[in-house]
Amino acid sequence: MISCHEAVGQLWEYLDGVVDEADRALVEEHLSRCRRCCGEMEFAQELRRTLAGSVRTEIPADVLLRLNQTLEELD
Amino acid sequence: MDASRTEQRESFRALASAQLPRLYSIARRLVGDDAEDAVQDCLLKGFQRYDQLKSAESAPAWLTSILVNSCHDVGRASARRPQVIDFEEVEKFSLYRKIAYEDPFPYSDSLHLDFLGEFGPEDVHAVLMRLPPLYRIPLVLVYMEGFLAKELARRLDAPLGTVLARLHRGRKLFEKELWEYARETGLLKEGAR
Repeated sequence: MISCHEAVGQLWEYLDGVVDEADRALVEEHLSRCRRCCGEMEFAQELRRTLAGSVRTEIPADVLLRLNQTLEELD
Repeated sequence: MDASRTEQRESFRALASAQLPRLYSIARRLVGDDAEDAVQDCLLKGFQRYDQLKSAESAPAWLTSILVNSCHDVGRASARRPQVIDFEEVEKFSLYRKIAYEDPFPYSDSLHLDFLGEFGPEDVHAVLMRLPPLYRIPLVLVYMEGFLAKELARRLDAPLGTVLARLHRGRKLFEKELWEYARETGLLKEGAR
């Protein structure tokens, strides 16, 4: 059994799939009986989505032109 | 220029030209306003190392690795002074607990999700740009570009433990900066949006 502190400390790694099998089982066992840590996990999942949703920039036409020019001038 | 060199140049040009929008978009999130310089550098280095590319299918990931190094170089050149970060304090910070303690939306029954809902894509970008490149780059590549930590370690030629440690610190810094940004820009005020 692990404490809330230990479980929360591994939540992102757990969501990223980089914890080993034994640690994964311990985190899951903890989450199955701790409502507060389930709230933290839901928050961590939403935080990941927020991070993934950062703005994706279109390339401005003048920048594209200059970069293509660089490719033209490669020697 | 001999025939094979001309052929090589044409082939690289076709391959890199198709990748420009994607490379620029990544660079913009990694180094902000220095994105064009980073992509220029990436194109020059990519052409110099073109003979190291194993197959056309791996070109996007190969160019991304070169771009990341260019972004590191460009970021270093434009950095005025290194940021001093108290990681002991950052490590103790929990955005989840901070929101619960400060209770910025007293009438909300989904306080934590409402907090995150205040951040539009431009806000998230602004928060990311407040992080030092050393921590911002792995966050962008893993959580936005879908790289696996293991793959990133291989591409950056860094030990997996180093990449995982930077990701961990990057996430903690991101949480802390989300709170600071919300406080400084008035996102937490009622009716701010």
